[in-house]
Amino acid sequence: MASQDITPVGRSSAKASLLYDPKFRGYIFQTITVLVLTGLIYWIVHNTVANLQRAHLASGFGFLDGRSGFDISSSPFLRYTSDSTYITALWVGILNTLTVAVAGIITATMIGFIIGIGRLSHNWLIRKICTVYVEVFRNIPPLLVIFFWYLGVLSVLPQARQSITLPFGTYLNNRGFFFPAPVFADGAWLAGVGLIAGIVGALLVRRWATKRQMATGQQFPVGITSLGLIIGLPLLALAIKGFPLSFDYPVLGSFNLKGGALIGPEFMSLFLALSFYTGSFIAEIVRAGIRGVGKGQTEAANALGLRAGPTTRLVVVPQAMRIIIPPLTSQYLNLTKNSSLAVAVGYPDLVAVGGTILNQTGRSIEVVAIWMVVYLSISVLTSIFMNWFNAKMALVER
Amino acid sequence: MDNNLSFVRTEMLQGQTPPLGERGIVRWIRTNLFATPVDSALTIFAILLLIWFLPGLIKWLFINAVWSGPDRSVCSTVGQGGIQPEGWSGACWAYVNANFNQFMYGPYPMDQHWRVNLVAILFVLLLVPLLIPKAPFKVANAIVFFFIFPIIAFFLLVGGWFGLSYVETANWGGLLVTLTLSFVGIAVSLPLGIVLALGRRSKMPIIKMLCVIFIETIRGIPLITVLFMASYMLPLFLPPGVTFDKFLRALIGVALFASAYMAEVVRGGLQAIPKGQYEGAASLGLSYWQGTGLIILPQALKLVIPGIVNTFIGLFKDTSLVTVISMFDLLGTVKQHFSDANWISPQTPISGLIFAGFVFWIFCFGMSRYSIFMEKRLDTGHKR
Repeated sequence: MASQDITPVGRSSAKASLLYDPKFRGYIFQTITVLVLTGLIYWIVHNTVANLQRAHLASGFGFLDGRSGFDISSSPFLRYTSDSTYITALWVGILNTLTVAVAGIITATMIGFIIGIGRLSHNWLIRKICTVYVEVFRNIPPLLVIFFWYLGVLSVLPQARQSITLPFGTYLNNRGFFFPAPVFADGAWLAGVGLIAGIVGALLVRRWATKRQMATGQQFPVGITSLGLIIGLPLLALAIKGFPLSFDYPVLGSFNLKGGALIGPEFMSLFLALSFYTGSFIAEIVRAGIRGVGKGQTEAANALGLRAGPTTRLVVVPQAMRIIIPPLTSQYLNLTKNSSLAVAVGYPDLVAVGGTILNQTGRSIEVVAIWMVVYLSISVLTSIFMNWFNAKMALVER
Repeated sequence: MDNNLSFVRTEMLQGQTPPLGERGIVRWIRTNLFATPVDSALTIFAILLLIWFLPGLIKWLFINAVWSGPDRSVCSTVGQGGIQPEGWSGACWAYVNANFNQFMYGPYPMDQHWRVNLVAILFVLLLVPLLIPKAPFKVANAIVFFFIFPIIAFFLLVGGWFGLSYVETANWGGLLVTLTLSFVGIAVSLPLGIVLALGRRSKMPIIKMLCVIFIETIRGIPLITVLFMASYMLPLFLPPGVTFDKFLRALIGVALFASAYMAEVVRGGLQAIPKGQYEGAASLGLSYWQGTGLIILPQALKLVIPGIVNTFIGLFKDTSLVTVISMFDLLGTVKQHFSDANWISPQTPISGLIFAGFVFWIFCFGMSRYSIFMEKRLDTGHKR
């Protein structure tokens, strides 16, 4: 009967051809892939070397020590002139990329949290306004938003002579945003020390307050104390030294504003566009994160007698953060990568500076390699930091 | 017997209407706009914001706007050398109107526009039944759309055969470039992304490593550097004398970039499929490719439809970056014409950008709405 018809499985598989062994097939397939790839790489290298020789182009990174010969419009951290080396120019570019990325991340996070919470509001009008904001900015290219600010808004501002006067001695015109520059006299370093001491003090107070609350159940106003320490200590330091700080106010001259500090329209348009664009994505992440916290959590908090404020602060937000952080990280990385759109408005970020060098020297391989190394390092560093932060926030289970 | 139960009501009493504050529009306003003091403050703030913002916007967009005109004079004030009164400000739709053909086709020869139109009509005729779930002949339609239509479109757009004049891609522009880049990018990135995702989950170490390196490198760098690479480095890699069409190079860059992101989305779906499904496929005697194609992928892809469409939307928006390597897609063409001496005015750039933004927005918003619709339709109730 049926049971007698069954042939032993072991024998037939032992006879099976080697070709049907998945492991063996895997080896064959991988060997072929490696061979094809090696051939391709050899072919590419061969072609590249031939092309470089034909065009009499040298290779290697030695050119980086050469004189750059071009100007960079904005270099707030490094001293740079057209006599500086290419490597200095690249550093200026990297620092500019980081500046606009960090500034953009801060505002985009603020916009995103406000709009994301607004989308969950009980207030119909607020909800609709936030929805319109998200749906508009999510669905248009970031480059278009940059052009919108740069060509549509900032460059049609009045000329320097008819600058728009804003509070605190600031001015806005088509050359950018002018604001009073702080001038530090001797002894201002103590304020920096005060600031650091304030931050360290605030962290210590927080640690102590948590410990005390764990032991006694008594709460301590950490927020106000920290704010007092962080603002108060530098002020105190300045007072000790007799306020060695003055401001250089921009003054309206006949053709231009004199003095003060300037944020150029290139930086402003890039910064505003990245903030508004990424803010809409962060808003959706925040909304999803808050909705991802179960309703039972809010109900349990209410049952314990917590009011709306502490419920949000102590129960909902800490749990929502766990859902929010991983996608938030990738948005931060997206913003950093999108900052490369600076090249379209002439803000000297890494890609724009690299592009100039590429056009001047023709070292496309080296420049692209530098770009890739820098951006990949930024990505890896951000991921490591956010993973650490994520692990700190993660659910600690028994 | 005395059957007098007169104390039992024989007809029902009419229910009282709720108080005014608990019904109709008043209740809606009370609960949705003025529930708490904070809510009231927010509502008033929002209303003030809208009053300050909306009338000016509507006036600028529609009432003060200039809809047609021969040149820049209609969009500038007297002081700027135009005909509008001093202090006038409004959208310059006349600029969009006058350059509309340019925005759609770019420098594509005027007398050959019918070829682009024909491709567009074919595209819509094939796409719409594909998107409507109830339309018949889905498989045939998909084969025609993804395999036969691109060939027809290629011959129609490029020309050089069958008596059609040759139009080099340098003469393409506007929305034509945007849509071509997006369509090819989408059609290439989905299959390539699936292959990469499968490779990343493969048990063969070398294949896995190669896929991981490719995906993570591409995802770590901005698209602009990929485009720069495609336009500056690719020519170096090829034997001397072999040249590559610039459009094709941008196309390769965009497609490779999108496929790395697609791979991660698909991998998310693959990871969500329980092991039992793989084992079930294997126990039915299905080979790897049969099991993957018939059991795993249909479930995995369904799970990640929102992610796939998001990648499509991202790709569509990213095509605007080709402006940076001096190709002229919709955004690039609109921007290029800002410097047209005939149309320079303070209102031109912002009007043109709003038009371009509107076009991009329609496509992206449409895609996202369709994905929500599809997600609901394919929902088999297995979601938690």
